[in-house]
Amino acid sequence: MLHGIDLDIPRGKVVAVMGQSGCGKTTLLRIIAAALLPTRGRARVLGQVTGDLDRDALYALRRRMGMLYQFGALFTDMTVFDNVAFQMREHTNLPEDAIRDLVLLKLEAVGLRGAAPLMPAELSGGMARRVALARAIALDPELILYDEPFTGLDPIALGVIARLVRQLNDALGATAVIVTHDVAETLPLVDYVYFMADGRVVAQGTPAEVRRSGVPFVEQFVSGATDGPVPFHYPAQGYGADLGLAASA
Amino acid sequence: MRAALTHLGAAVTAGVWRLGYAARFFGYLLAHSGTAFRRFGLTVREIYFAGVLSLIIILVSGLFVGMVLGLQGYDTLQRYGSSEALGVLVALSLVRELGPVVAGLLFASRAGSAITAEIGLMKATEQLSAMEMMAVDPVARVVAPRFWGGVISMPLLAALFSAMGIFGGYLVGVVLIGVDEGAFWSQMQAAVDVREDILNGVIKSVVFGFAVSLIAVFEGFDATPTAEGVSRATTRTVVTSSLAILALDFVLTALMFTGGN
Amino acid sequence: MTRSTIDLWVGVFVAIGLGALLFLALKVGNLASFSTAETYRVEARFANIGGLKVRAPVKSAGVVVGRVAEIGFDNEAYEAVAELTLDARFKFPRDTSAKILTSGLLGEQYIGLEAGADARMLADGERLRLTQSAVVLENLIGQFFTSKAAEGGEAKGAK
Repeated sequence: MLHGIDLDIPRGKVVAVMGQSGCGKTTLLRIIAAALLPTRGRARVLGQVTGDLDRDALYALRRRMGMLYQFGALFTDMTVFDNVAFQMREHTNLPEDAIRDLVLLKLEAVGLRGAAPLMPAELSGGMARRVALARAIALDPELILYDEPFTGLDPIALGVIARLVRQLNDALGATAVIVTHDVAETLPLVDYVYFMADGRVVAQGTPAEVRRSGVPFVEQFVSGATDGPVPFHYPAQGYGADLGLAASA
Repeated sequence: MRAALTHLGAAVTAGVWRLGYAARFFGYLLAHSGTAFRRFGLTVREIYFAGVLSLIIILVSGLFVGMVLGLQGYDTLQRYGSSEALGVLVALSLVRELGPVVAGLLFASRAGSAITAEIGLMKATEQLSAMEMMAVDPVARVVAPRFWGGVISMPLLAALFSAMGIFGGYLVGVVLIGVDEGAFWSQMQAAVDVREDILNGVIKSVVFGFAVSLIAVFEGFDATPTAEGVSRATTRTVVTSSLAILALDFVLTALMFTGGN
Repeated sequence: MTRSTIDLWVGVFVAIGLGALLFLALKVGNLASFSTAETYRVEARFANIGGLKVRAPVKSAGVVVGRVAEIGFDNEAYEAVAELTLDARFKFPRDTSAKILTSGLLGEQYIGLEAGADARMLADGERLRLTQSAVVLENLIGQFFTSKAAEGGEAKGAK
């Protein structure tokens, strides 16, 4: 599915991977998350080659990462508090009052400390995603992966999430990889952008470079034009032939 | 014609492949069941959802089945002047067969389908994936407690079904119709053997518990992560569990209740 | 649903489930009767045991005093060997006889013991000397027809 990907994501930066649906960016994210192994070549994440890891080492690596899913993927049978506390309870031996302080700290960072006793079903989409973000940073990860974090949010929530992504990254000194197709919110936010189409990287650069880029695909993507390298019409036979008209009178 | 045969062949191959996959899943589940027992609270919670919430349907069904056994049994037995054997008829039918089997079928449709839907939905909303990303094994944390909760609940539910059924038979036979109470219980006690009948019934219900719970968690875990996929998985759980119970019942009955001296 | 409520209900569920099992074992089955008593073994040989099964009751004067523990076949004497487990509370004289009887007309078969008059009692491992085999229906029918035929022959001869 992916061909000839050669990416370098430096520590401490926020990097976006953009492209149309089905271009392979989610697959790329899963390879970074070590949920998939590359069939050829290697993925080196946080200093470790993912293909070499056994299960315990893999789990140890994942504890240093955080992932935000497209619709939050909160555990629906637990409260917001328990969701954020989940990793702390599973992976550390911290006493409950220490966990309580930490959970409230994380929720305060995303502005939802008051929502701690609610169940996920009671949250709006934007709130759920913020809780998921708090959960993703629960153990102060070194690498945070975002799978389409801006999808389906209203403008206010969009702005909140974008601001949080940047702030948390800088506060934690972490590296962030955002898979998205939301150009307007993402370009002002990130340090570097990769563009993907049909499983390949077709362009890359800083946001400023990208805006000035001469690559037709990038220009069409950034400006949102309806026709260009990505055609409007799905390939089909001639219109006249489809309607059953005679070749010529 | 050729297409039909190809389809059949593909279906059989797919079925066998799936069976192997399910067997490996079962092995993995057993190997990672430590969490379910070390943090027994997780399993207790699942016993509540699978067992306690099935109580009403099991008790009511047991009562009605026992009452029907009493009515039908009396009708047939009194033609041969053996109406005092009603207790024997009701007790043996329930303890050997109806208790484990009917309770198993009811459990599969109520608790089994709920477990499949729950796990399937967690898969569809990426909760299992998120848990995996947080370095927590979803099989150990989510699947195993539900499996063992089902296994523990099933024999208890079968016993309750049989007990309620016998009470139902007593209500109809002795209280309503007027069969002699002493004969009802004494003949029953003489004919029902703890090892042959009751223990075998318990063994059956344990086996059914394993089968239904495994099918329920497997179908949920393997469901296609869409709404349609979850609904199909839930249906498959009920159908496959029911067939498995009936087939296993035949095998176990042949092993236990036939044979010579 | 708080933790403690769930625990309470699960506890109740397990308790009544085990209670149902206990009810089945004691009130419905025959657990209370026999298994814990002390027993001793005796042997009885029969020419034909009919439909006798292992765990069939051994009764004397209509009361269950033991069970058939094992049924075997002696390949040299060509007879059936039944091992009986008798309740240690009941002692029988050494010349007690054992018969294979049927409960009711078509019911299950059991062993009936009729006490003899010997002063010495049967000990563990000894053999019952007097036995009567089961009545085999086919032989009975055969006898009936043979006797009917004989009667017919006599009647003819008398004419």
